[in-house]
Amino acid sequence: MQCEEIAELLPQVVDGLETADHPLIRHVESCLRCQAELAQYRRLLRVLHQLRTEVIEPAPGLVTEILAELGEAGERGAIRSLLSGRRVAYLGGLAVAAGAAGAAGAIVLATRSRRSARLAS
Amino acid sequence: MPDELAELVAAAKAGDRKAFDALVQATYAHAYTVAFRLTGNEEDARDVVQDAYLRAYRGLKRFRGDSSFSTWLYRITANCASTQLGRRSRHRHEELDDDAPLADERPEIDPELRASAESDRERVSAALLALPPRLRAVVVLRDVYDLPHEAIAAELGISEAAAKVRLHRARRKLRERLFPLRAEATGEEDARAV
Ligand SMILES: [Zn+2]
Repeated sequence: MQCEEIAELLPQVVDGLETADHPLIRHVESCLRCQAELAQYRRLLRVLHQLRTEVIEPAPGLVTEILAELGEAGERGAIRSLLSGRRVAYLGGLAVAAGAAGAAGAIVLATRSRRSARLAS
Repeated sequence: MPDELAELVAAAKAGDRKAFDALVQATYAHAYTVAFRLTGNEEDARDVVQDAYLRAYRGLKRFRGDSSFSTWLYRITANCASTQLGRRSRHRHEELDDDAPLADERPEIDPELRASAESDRERVSAALLALPPRLRAVVVLRDVYDLPHEAIAAELGISEAAAKVRLHRARRKLRERLFPLRAEATGEEDARAV
């Protein structure tokens, strides 16, 4: 195998050289240039892995924004569950409201009829 | 710490909003870091994190605990970042050419830093930011956060084969940027579209 072919394969075998083809391994064992390149990939992977524990601090306010948005979403969710999950109670409430509205309507009608009765007299 | 998180997750799943808020408090800096590494800028990273927590909150019941909460959250973050990057590239009509040579619009790295072994992380971080977003996403998720190929493919909406091709391209571009002398020796490879 040529160095150019090996160079092509190094980025995919760097994290699993033991699974690489024998010709590739034989070449790398005997070629300083490809060994150097493989070492660079290994170093790159090592540093990339170290980045995992690094924390980039966000500008202040992010957590407040997240919690505020979750709060809004939570309220919307609560209203949804009121409308669906507690339908029975909700419908009961509606009936009460309708009853109240009916009573109010009756009062309006009564005053009206009284007024019209006065007008008629 | 992981046990503490697991307790919070359990409480949040049972409907305890305070527990979810505490989860946010405990994890948001890491989630932001993932989002920043994926999107490459602060504004997008903030949007992505917000979006990710909203989805995590709504989808918490589906989290079965077969991975750690952090890994689950990173996957959601990756998915949100992918959506965000798609939106961005449509808006800006950015070229999605993964093979374009790395633009050197970033200020050259200080030669003294270059020489210092301690600065390896800074150099690699800077090189990541210079990658095309589609390549950056894959190498960040695989080589930094250790997500399996199939998870990366699923969250980015690409095939596993495509994820691997992007990973290998990304590694190569990073190496070429970090070890420029070596890149000169194999410079003719830059021109070849893979
Ligand atoms: Zn060779």
